[in-house]
Amino acid sequence: MVAQLTPAKLTELNERAQAVRRNIVAMITEAQSGHPGGSLSAADILVTLYFAEMRVDPHSPQDADRDRFVLSKGHAAPVLYATLAEKGFLPHSELLTLRKIDSRLQGHPDMKGIPGVDMSTGSLGQGLSAANGMALAGKIDERDYRVYALLGDGELEEGQNWEAAMFAAHYKLDNLTVFVDNNGLQIDGPVADVMSPLPIPEKWRAFGWNVIEIDGHDYDAIYQAIQTAKTVKGRPTMVVAATVKGKGVCRMENMVDWHGKAPSHEECTLILSEMDD
Amino acid sequence: MGKATREAYGEALRELGARFKDIIVLDADLSKSTKTNLFAKEYPNRFFNVGIAEQNLVGTAAGLAAAGKIPFVSTFAIFASGRAFEQIRNSVCYPKLNVKIAATHAGLTVGEDGATHQAIEDISLMRTIPNMTVIVPADATETHQAVTFAAQYKGPVYIRLGRMGAPDVFGGDYEFCHGKAVQLAEGNDLTIIATGMMVATARRAADELTQAGLSARVLNIHTIKPIDVAAIVAAANDTGAIVTCEEHSIIGGLGSAVAEVLVENAPVPLERVGVLDVFGESGTPDALLAKYNLTVADIVRAAKRVVSRKK
Repeated sequence: MVAQLTPAKLTELNERAQAVRRNIVAMITEAQSGHPGGSLSAADILVTLYFAEMRVDPHSPQDADRDRFVLSKGHAAPVLYATLAEKGFLPHSELLTLRKIDSRLQGHPDMKGIPGVDMSTGSLGQGLSAANGMALAGKIDERDYRVYALLGDGELEEGQNWEAAMFAAHYKLDNLTVFVDNNGLQIDGPVADVMSPLPIPEKWRAFGWNVIEIDGHDYDAIYQAIQTAKTVKGRPTMVVAATVKGKGVCRMENMVDWHGKAPSHEECTLILSEMDD
Repeated sequence: MGKATREAYGEALRELGARFKDIIVLDADLSKSTKTNLFAKEYPNRFFNVGIAEQNLVGTAAGLAAAGKIPFVSTFAIFASGRAFEQIRNSVCYPKLNVKIAATHAGLTVGEDGATHQAIEDISLMRTIPNMTVIVPADATETHQAVTFAAQYKGPVYIRLGRMGAPDVFGGDYEFCHGKAVQLAEGNDLTIIATGMMVATARRAADELTQAGLSARVLNIHTIKPIDVAAIVAAANDTGAIVTCEEHSIIGGLGSAVAEVLVENAPVPLERVGVLDVFGESGTPDALLAKYNLTVADIVRAAKRVVSRKK
């Protein structure tokens, strides 16, 4: 065991994740548009990164030595915005402007507008390359920041990921830790049926990555994977995180329909009260 | 024949490497052809070959720029503007990242490689993207200065370069001014507006037109975007007819850009010399230019046509 979260930290992460999940549901409902399933599945990973690990400061969002995070699966923007709000980068009140005209909170993240968003993403398959560039810049400048990225499992069907996979291993980007939010579902159905990217860990191993397989809703496991990755030299790390799409909202869990659908206001009230229980 | 613009690019980059420590150069297995190998030899720690993977080439550059670097990426124009189009749009131009795309082997004069390698749509593709600057240098001198400009400018730039030696147009006293057309000859009967390697051809055409009793103004438009509206409108008002020349499809490139300016500001007869919405083929550069209507004679014919259309 490399490191462990204190009981107090575990409680905090749990509370933060709960707040993030409630905000995800509320903001998508208010927008009447957005992607709840893949936002909820990634909430525990983002909360662990931002509240137990990443060196970021809302008062200095452009600090050259900050850790970076690239949300390659940009449609999960609500989980990023909610986490950034929780961290103090954004006012909570702004979350309800998601996807509305004149809002900074675009349907997919726009780095120009929002402090704390390190890369504009949304067209799948492009985030890992950008994360590579940031990690490479860190190596060139001998800065000790780390770069994190989150990919979807369906997203792995995009070929650019595998170009980027080769690059990161070739240039030994050991300051790069990437998560796959392995929730098993994409828009048209189970990833295994639509166009199987399986087996995921074996593919990344074959590309020369250090691969760690975890339960993506277990804070200790997420935290330990992050710590282990920091000790690995000469290779990037891929954390294949088994997750549940819609996690935390019973009626959405493992339901492909909730990939890109907004709850009605009535459903939202019901969901939020169920989450209180 | 002067130096190829790709050669001038490689030399400029090597020179700029000393001045701009943040310049990082990426290439996709074509560094000997794009001439980024000159930089690589001088600054091996700031050169990265990404292999034959243009999407990752552009995406990695976006990440480098997001972390404060000035990445120059090079490959053939067909792959830069085509294969990586959406990466340029979404990962570079949308976030307005400081990435320079120096695309070589543009146009038909790639030659024997044939249609698959002849980018005749790249100006069109690149100029349609918001936040993008598009530069097509005419010769080695202009290339050197355009590359220097790109290194200092903050934001995405696409520079279109050629494989073949380009006739020298400019002397040592030339000063590149971003977004400003360069008048190379004065005339009253029409204006020939050219870009890239066609600038030298346009000049020769103007000389020939003098023999035929027509005096042509010649404008070099090196910056396709943002285009010099004032110079085009002045040319229309002063000479009343325009011919555009480009080693590119007549759809979407310089000819289209000039047409857009003319119809909105100063409608006058226009003829476009360029590739007529067809693919190229294998052949020597000269044979291709002749077959696809990109010669002095083609410009002269277009000039006579356009003048005859004047009211």
